[in-house]
Amino acid sequence: MGQQLPVIIIIVPLIASLVISFIGWRYKRFTFFLAITALFVCLISSVSLFGIVLNQGDMQYHMGGWMPPMGIEYKVDHLAVFMLVLISFLGFLTAVYSKKIVEKEMPDKVFLFWCLYLLLITGLLGIIVTGDLFNLFVLLEVASLTGYSLVAVGNKRATVAGFRYLIIGTIGACFYLLGVGYLYIATGTLNMGELAQLLPAIYESKTVITSFVFIFIGFAIKIALFPLHAWQPDAYTHAPSAVSIIISTAVAKTFIYALIRIIFSVYTINFIKTVLPVFNIICWIAAMAIIVGSVYAIVQDNLKRMLAYSSIANVGYIVLGIGLAASTSLGLTPVIMHLLNHAIIKSAMFMVACGFIYKFNLWNISDFTGLSRKMPYSALVLIIASLAMIGLPPGAGFVSKWYLILAVIDAGQYPFVAVIFISTLLMLVYFWRIIETMYIKPPNEPENKFDQQTPVEVQELPGSMLIPSVIMAALTFIIGLVWISGMLNPFLNTLNLNFGLGVIQ
Amino acid sequence: MHEVLPFIISKINYFIYIILMMLGMYGIFMKKNYMKKIIGLNILQTSIILFFISIGAKNNATLPILELQNDHDANVAIQAVNYINPLPHVLMLTAIVVAVATLGVALAMVIKIYKDYKTIEEDKILFQTAEDTIENE
Repeated sequence: MGQQLPVIIIIVPLIASLVISFIGWRYKRFTFFLAITALFVCLISSVSLFGIVLNQGDMQYHMGGWMPPMGIEYKVDHLAVFMLVLISFLGFLTAVYSKKIVEKEMPDKVFLFWCLYLLLITGLLGIIVTGDLFNLFVLLEVASLTGYSLVAVGNKRATVAGFRYLIIGTIGACFYLLGVGYLYIATGTLNMGELAQLLPAIYESKTVITSFVFIFIGFAIKIALFPLHAWQPDAYTHAPSAVSIIISTAVAKTFIYALIRIIFSVYTINFIKTVLPVFNIICWIAAMAIIVGSVYAIVQDNLKRMLAYSSIANVGYIVLGIGLAASTSLGLTPVIMHLLNHAIIKSAMFMVACGFIYKFNLWNISDFTGLSRKMPYSALVLIIASLAMIGLPPGAGFVSKWYLILAVIDAGQYPFVAVIFISTLLMLVYFWRIIETMYIKPPNEPENKFDQQTPVEVQELPGSMLIPSVIMAALTFIIGLVWISGMLNPFLNTLNLNFGLGVIQ
Repeated sequence: MHEVLPFIISKINYFIYIILMMLGMYGIFMKKNYMKKIIGLNILQTSIILFFISIGAKNNATLPILELQNDHDANVAIQAVNYINPLPHVLMLTAIVVAVATLGVALAMVIKIYKDYKTIEEDKILFQTAEDTIENE
């Protein structure tokens, strides 16, 4: 049983989505039950896989019994299993949250939504476990295509945003495929493990260098790294609520994972150190992303749009961590921390933002006056998540910023310390605006203007939406404490050693 | 000149793929009509398919079907150099499926955009969205 887990994680949501697409139009109530069961099976399998990998080390699965390099290999190592747990957890909790919101926003398309949602999760989990470059491309397109269509389901601006996402995202996928083709010309194999063995002999070859550039640009488009982020704010803002939660957390993080996997597992750190010292440039691009994303976030009035620009800044943090990985003894530690922390914090924030839209159709921050009394728990969740993001110890954002600064100092790249501090100040500005509007500003309605003491009727979100967001908000601080306690340090050390990077002292 | 021409002809497949790719990119970036953008996208994907197909080809090689399979003459060693490489072709079968799926999703979106805006010209759509935003405020 344990040996089959890597493939069970992918097969279960795939089959569930097929079943839903066949019988969903007839048995409408059954669809949500089936979807949530499939996601729960994914979560359980990921957690048990986590235990197996921690105890017994890496795990290989050969599709159909074909040995690599002939067959497709699924490989689960420490980084992969970490991402599996994260993505299946996000997928499960977002599904629980989305039930009511989907029934309200697209009442006649509920079963189609769950069908696409499960396909999206299939693609994401597949990207994480696969050990084959072309299989990665196919699963990337499964996840991306379902993402495009899910974004386009919303209102009429969402369709245009989804169309632009499709055009730009497909260019990114084409670049990736081209890079894979160059690697195939050079080596004659597509298996990641074998590529890592064959490539060192031909590192100097121009074909290999070109392929790296193509693959990096392809993924930079997919993860919305700063100069290539044009599709992202519109897609996050206008997508249906449930979709903007899953796209901004699970999808974005999985694509970043794929980039890390290809840089560190296929090309390996020696390629970067000896042939293509590109990490310095990556660091500066990331610094630009951090500053530009934060500045744009300040001027937005639409809450979802503000969170989208804040995501651009946070992708900058993660890529900055990747750029520093080669020159510090911390290795990928800040990257892994911020992957988890940002996913949890951003999903809590998007859940609340979508809750405001669900309950009162409030999109703009300037309309949030008095919300702290109408929806006290949701407002509190938003505050907790903002504080964690800004970096209140022991929040999750504090830990990742702390380790990022340690890495920067260790690498001797002092300008980036200034970048992190400036962006924290900017973050304070744009999150403080929400707190001020919700808690301090008097409401606009004339009957309440002079009489602050009248009790306002509490109109909270339904439990199935409130509980996931409260769990996320609690997790932002629990995870911060877990990182600080050093419980996961052995795990992080093994993870870094797998890629030949430094260890935490 | 007499050196450039043989160079181009010997690598003609790569040049054609680059030209096609640039054509596709031009269509995506410069055309305002959404259908033309989709056509550009398809040309881009086709150019990559051409690139992959051409790297499997060899001089004086035949289809990758073993000729001596039924001859009870198993001692004859099979020379890989006599057969073209089938793997890129198989990969491209999958890539074609992905391209078709992308095309389908894109066309469905264009239909929905046309229903909502009564046009598929990008500048007119942007103009309409700008008007909508002003009305809302």
